Amino acid sequence: MSYKAALRVWRGDHGRGDLADYAVEVNEGEVVLDVLHRLQATQAGDLAIRWNCKAGKCGSCSMEINGRPRLACMTRMSTFTEDEVLTITPLRTFPVIRDLVTDVSFNYAKARQIPSFTPDPSVGLGEFRMQQADVERSQEFRKCIECYLCQNTCHVIRDHAENENAFAGPRFLMRVAELEMHPADTADRRDIAQDDFGLGFCNITKCCTEVCPEHIKITDNALIPLKERVAGRRYDPLVWLGSKIARRPRSTGTPKVPDNRH
Amino acid sequence: MTDIAPSTGPASASEHSAAGHSAAEHSAAGHREVERIPYDVVVIGAGGSGLRAAIEARLAGKRTAIISKSLFGKAHTVMAEGGCAAAMGNVNSNDNWMVHFRDTMRGGKFLNNPRMAELHAKEAPDRVYELEAWGALFDRTKDGKISQRNFGGHEYPRLAHVGDRTGLEMIRTLQQKVVALQQEDAVSHGDPEAMIKVYAETTITRLIKDGEGRIAGAFGYIRETGQFVVFEAPAVILATGGIGKTFKVSSNSWEYTGDGHALALLAGAKLLNMEFVQFHPTHMVWPMSVRGLLVTESVRGDGGVLRNSEGKRYMFNYVPDVFRAQYAETEEEADRWYSDPDHNRRPPELLPRDEVARANNAEVKAGRGSPHGGVFLDIASRLPAEEILRRLPSMHHQFKELADVDITKEPMEVGPAQHYVMGGVEVDPDTGESCVPGLFAAGEVSGGMHGSNRLGGNSLSDLLVFGRRAGLGAAEYVGRLGAKLPVADEGEIEAARTEALAPLQRPDGENPYAVHSDVQETMSNLVGIIRTETEIKKALADLETLGVRASAVAAAGGSAYNPGWHLTLDLRNIMLMAKCVAAAALERQESRGGHTRDDYPGMRPEWRKVNLVCTLDGDEIRISRQPVPPMRDDLIALFDRAELKKYLTDEEMAALPAEAPASVAAASEEAH
Ligand SMILES: Cc1cc2nc3c(=O)[nH]c(=O)nc-3n(C[C@H](O)[C@H](O)[C@H](O)COP(=O)(O)OP(=O)(O)OC[C@H]3O[C@@H](n4cnc5c(N)ncnc54)[C@H](O)[C@@H]3O)c2cc1C
Ligand code: SF4
Ligand code: SF4
Ligand code: FES
Repeated sequence: MSYKAALRVWRGDHGRGDLADYAVEVNEGEVVLDVLHRLQATQAGDLAIRWNCKAGKCGSCSMEINGRPRLACMTRMSTFTEDEVLTITPLRTFPVIRDLVTDVSFNYAKARQIPSFTPDPSVGLGEFRMQQADVERSQEFRKCIECYLCQNTCHVIRDHAENENAFAGPRFLMRVAELEMHPADTADRRDIAQDDFGLGFCNITKCCTEVCPEHIKITDNALIPLKERVAGRRYDPLVWLGSKIARRPRSTGTPKVPDNRH
Repeated sequence: MTDIAPSTGPASASEHSAAGHSAAEHSAAGHREVERIPYDVVVIGAGGSGLRAAIEARLAGKRTAIISKSLFGKAHTVMAEGGCAAAMGNVNSNDNWMVHFRDTMRGGKFLNNPRMAELHAKEAPDRVYELEAWGALFDRTKDGKISQRNFGGHEYPRLAHVGDRTGLEMIRTLQQKVVALQQEDAVSHGDPEAMIKVYAETTITRLIKDGEGRIAGAFGYIRETGQFVVFEAPAVILATGGIGKTFKVSSNSWEYTGDGHALALLAGAKLLNMEFVQFHPTHMVWPMSVRGLLVTESVRGDGGVLRNSEGKRYMFNYVPDVFRAQYAETEEEADRWYSDPDHNRRPPELLPRDEVARANNAEVKAGRGSPHGGVFLDIASRLPAEEILRRLPSMHHQFKELADVDITKEPMEVGPAQHYVMGGVEVDPDTGESCVPGLFAAGEVSGGMHGSNRLGGNSLSDLLVFGRRAGLGAAEYVGRLGAKLPVADEGEIEAARTEALAPLQRPDGENPYAVHSDVQETMSNLVGIIRTETEIKKALADLETLGVRASAVAAAGGSAYNPGWHLTLDLRNIMLMAKCVAAAALERQESRGGHTRDDYPGMRPEWRKVNLVCTLDGDEIRISRQPVPPMRDDLIALFDRAELKKYLTDEEMAALPAEAPASVAAASEEAH
């Protein structure tokens, strides 16, 4: 039942490195992470891998397996033939720290720019009333395990590192959508979705949706509706009038949070 | 997408390092120097308890560091599925803190610290509401309140939940609350990290004290670079979770190497109740590679039943005397309970976990197990497929993806695995402070709250209630110190550095992975779910030999992101935990909750009065006995005498207040 799989694993740090060949035992029912662990325990004790739950719940073990961004703990070895060579590389969009571990701090920085949940301060503890149907939209987005596979895949940053200041990526545009659709939120992030988080860069290719291990319909349920809301706001005659008359600021939208770290 | 050579990625990414440390900073500092970073409060752990504690310390105006072995938002709490227990009474208005308190004490077989169980039951609802105010989106009732589900040992539907991913919702909400506070600080201090900062992928290996034995800081390394660092702080809160990686079949992640337990022990604190290890009854048993993956108790709460290979619903045969009055005796009554809980008793599948785990074990031993050595958990024949998909989406996903089993069509094969440790650092219930000045603990690493067995759902609420209290306790402690701050002992820092470097400098030594796997084998085989004196003694002898091997392991490679090296350091903690569990298990000559002795079956009332305490004396674990804190009369009054009689000694019964105890309903004007 067990066999030896041929693995080509990227080893190296800070931009230097190469693919290394290994032959590792595989048993029935195993996932790629099991095989990497066996490699670590028997041949390469210092192989750097990130993982936590081994249950598809924490989003730590993201890597590229034969060029496809995936969770190693949810990729079964039985999806490959026994003589197939498995090429395992780190996420391509993020800088490599070591071996299969990348620096995903870009994502934490983006998260911090999005204005947080802003409830009506007069609602007391335990007094929120929300219908299941109304929370379900945002609940779908809150299934996100922050594996960043969508961030890694979206061509807007994968192929154009220069866009990374102007574009928050699908995960964080979805976070904006989640807050906008939260029944108890009072802020308005539509302007900044467009102006600061780069919603306009998204040309709805749905590549993000395809790689999402949580099967969240990022494009259809978050990004396209968010685009519609932004368009709605921009064509809203009152807002338009307000900005023309210039008696109040052009936008009453909530501003982006500055990242003023030294 | 076919490119395989990784790019160096967005150029500026490393400027926003999640750990707050760019690579450049470190190479300049040199890896062997010890960096010093001062804080008021240092929280070790970024799970539910750590984040809640840190939020409270920051709200109290203290500069707070959060340290975590993994990335921000990935701590073990993320794995919790079923829910968070809080007597909000949204689904059944008969529920209140007193009923929750009673259930918790029963679940823990009256060994719980009653003050902790009381605070927990009283404060859990507000802690859940607080999460809602911070953006959490729990599943709702028809009238728009937070919905609550049934769980083992809870008299009423009590668990606030989000499908079967409640832990993710909790950790994300707390993570986002930390970010919200940082956004406020960006405005008021010009720096989002001025008051609260996350040091991700950073591991603490020693607590540092001052000359007077007070906490003065915590020593550790940053995974990415291997850089050593001392967080200098008068107050440290341990929120490091459990010890699961001491066992072979466990639902716990790699982080669970008992670090906080060991750090406390090494710093002179006491560990309580280490013999009580929870083996949760339902985990996947097949394929081998996912053996130990949790199957949430919600499957049973939502109607799932356990059957043996003969198709029999065997739990009816395993209701112990102490619970006889509260559980149904026929399948018909049990099934009616789901729709009419006021007039029927609960199905025995919802007994506390220790009972169900033992029953599953007994069925397999009697030869009535499933093909892969488990039992059958059947939801397919009990609920329509679309209902299963709505209520248990991640269970469906997990079985489909990992075992090719469609749980809407066929039963699951399940078996017990190590899941939780009831034992932990002894703390003051109100403030979370240990016996070491400045050392606090909350969450799974602390002990006392759950007695000999934790009820499902009572951990997430424990994290919030006692995380907040520890954050407050630490802030007040620092406030009281004023300017008289402890100064870290340089000798301790140097010793910690030497200890951490040793495995890298050993020219040859054993592979740490091999030693770890042997320790797990020993513990699972000899100090697992069913224990005997002979086997525990054998385990203790084996652990001696393993200890010698563990202290001579070597790590190849450098100090930057080297998992082999990290494991050599974790091994010290794993060994200490294995010894504590085995030593305490040998000492307690009875069976209670998460401690089952084949040679001493049944509970013994005189043992109910005893807590076993582990301390460290040189390299040796010492076990001593101390009395379980007594229950106040007003709390005792919540139980019937007939029930108390099953737990207490005759002497204790004689000393009870004379008056017949008031019923919960009569006392309910106290409820809020
Ligand atoms: C699969 C599963 C499902 C569960 N479901 C439920 C449920 O439905 N309801 C419920 O109430 N309970 C549940 N539990 C139990 C509950 O999830 C845990 O007990 C709880 O999450 C522990 O939280 P914590 O805050 O104590 O620690 P954790 O969330 O485990 O966090 C520990 C933190 O400490 C850090 N850490 C550890 N050691 C060090 C070190 N040396 N240096 C620096 N940082 C360190 C880790 O990196 C991590 O950030 C479940 C447990 C499991 C395994
Ligand atoms: S749909 Fe938009 S966000 Fe998603 S991958 Fe395509 S461009 Fe990127
Ligand atoms: S949206 Fe999906 S792919 Fe993107 S980070 Fe979240 S879970 Fe991962
Ligand atoms: S290890 Fe958690 S998602 Fe793979």
